[in-house]
Amino acid sequence: MNTVDKMITDAVQQEIVRAENLAAGYPGKTVWQGANFSFVRGEFVAIIGPNGAGKTLLMRLLLGLQQPVKGTIKLFNSQPKRGNPKIGYVPQRHLIDNDTNIECIELVRLAFSGTRWGFGLSSKSERKTAFEALEAVGAAELAYQPLSALSGGELQRIFLAEALVSNPEILLLDEPLSNLDIRRAKELVQLVNKVVRLRNVTALLVAHDINPLLPFLDKVVYIANGKAATGKPKDVLTSESLTALYGVNIEVMRDSRGNVAIIGIEDHHGDE
Amino acid sequence: MVTNSYIFNANLLIDVQQMFQYQFMQHAFEAGTAVAIIAGIVGYFVVLRRSAFASHALSHIGFAGAAGAVLLGINPIFGLLTFTCGGGVGMAVLGPRAVNRDVQIGTVLAFMLGLGVLFISLYTGYATEAYSILFGEILGISSSDVLITVTASLIILAAVGIMYRPLLFASLDEDVAEAKGLSMPLLGIIFMLLVAVAVSIAVQVVGVLLIFSLMVTPAAMARRLAKQPRNAMIISVLISLMATWSSLFIAFYEPYPVSFFITSMVFVSYLFVRYIYPSRICLECREKFSSLSLAKHLQKTHPNI
Repeated sequence: MNTVDKMITDAVQQEIVRAENLAAGYPGKTVWQGANFSFVRGEFVAIIGPNGAGKTLLMRLLLGLQQPVKGTIKLFNSQPKRGNPKIGYVPQRHLIDNDTNIECIELVRLAFSGTRWGFGLSSKSERKTAFEALEAVGAAELAYQPLSALSGGELQRIFLAEALVSNPEILLLDEPLSNLDIRRAKELVQLVNKVVRLRNVTALLVAHDINPLLPFLDKVVYIANGKAATGKPKDVLTSESLTALYGVNIEVMRDSRGNVAIIGIEDHHGDE
Repeated sequence: MVTNSYIFNANLLIDVQQMFQYQFMQHAFEAGTAVAIIAGIVGYFVVLRRSAFASHALSHIGFAGAAGAVLLGINPIFGLLTFTCGGGVGMAVLGPRAVNRDVQIGTVLAFMLGLGVLFISLYTGYATEAYSILFGEILGISSSDVLITVTASLIILAAVGIMYRPLLFASLDEDVAEAKGLSMPLLGIIFMLLVAVAVSIAVQVVGVLLIFSLMVTPAAMARRLAKQPRNAMIISVLISLMATWSSLFIAFYEPYPVSFFITSMVFVSYLFVRYIYPSRICLECREKFSSLSLAKHLQKTHPNI
């Protein structure tokens, strides 16, 4: 992180998300509980954990699509509610396939004005805003390409532009790396990091594997076995802290390049 | 209806003048034009939302309604509208994924056709009623039907105009649209109602069984030809219009059904667009180019990070 950006982050330690004794799940089934965390403006946070651990649940709570089972979650000091324009969201699921012969800029434009009524005849300024969002993710030359022709990595950049177009203060990115090879994943993480630092937004990125993210993270939320651990990666991802939290023997191993492997948490496959 | 007694003239202007002297041809062109425009527009959303089979099913549900109306002695269009709207709302309420359940939809569709057959057999009048509902009878359309068709078309146009962006957004990226505060159940119901009304008026032109040719195929072609939804809708409308107008024109001179000409024209254009029109670009070269340019972009805009 360069010094100017660091000064900005330090100056505005504005709390964006706060959770107290939070439990999430579905009626009759709690997926995880007892979570306490807070994220401030400009933090890059990874949410990691095995399949079905309830990572997407956290996103849904913040989006106001679901209510906590117990405890409280605050976003910008108030209860999350649906349709918050301060959120930029990249869902896990997308409806785009080989038949979606629609140019990228149109999708980004809709993320900007898609909730407004009317035909939107004055779409020129909308398209300009959309183009700027695409430029910000280095996808200006993809603007007029059809979505159907894009590779996985390119699509994720378009989705990021879609999330950025409304100039959000927090980004929720649900598994953007899941279909990317290592190189593309690294590129995308670098891009997200750039956005976080330049725009001073908070980003929550859900992922299976923390390693491509480690060099850039401010915080990590590790969700597994019904619990959630939060903190700086170097504090959370240690054998001692995870063993203490989960009460079973967990080993965190590091290779010579600083890559992390967490051993001892069983992959439990529930419905997420 | 005997239509083969008109003589084709090399001067098209005279032909058109001659054709429009007949009221049934005027009516056919009025209703046909309205239906082609609406089918072209609504069809684009149908294709985008992958609801082609659901719209096909709606027309079959409409068949039972139309046959029932004939049995009761009322205008079939009212039976069509009632049943398609009911069926459409039903499908939407069962959930967005219900619209894509082939087996369940097919089961309901078959039952509705069967129900229609029962109604027709109970009706001791002419079997031609069933025939015209199944295959369309645009040349026999009455002036009151034209009025209903045009009114319904204007309502659909207004609805699509008002809800264009939310509808498109929800069709293209449901999860983000939902997070942004759009109501998916409500938009789902509105969409199915639009399809229901569009199907009901289109049945008059091509009939229950041939609904695909106006509601789906032109939009599917247009989607390949244009990358902007607005342009795709315009192309879709133009294809439907050309097919309908030229078919009516030919059918004025030839003793064959209009529906046959429409379906053939749409089919031939589809083959052309699908197999002859070049549509795919070189994916591989583009991918290399753009990931290179992302690396450059990151390097240029923020070398320190």
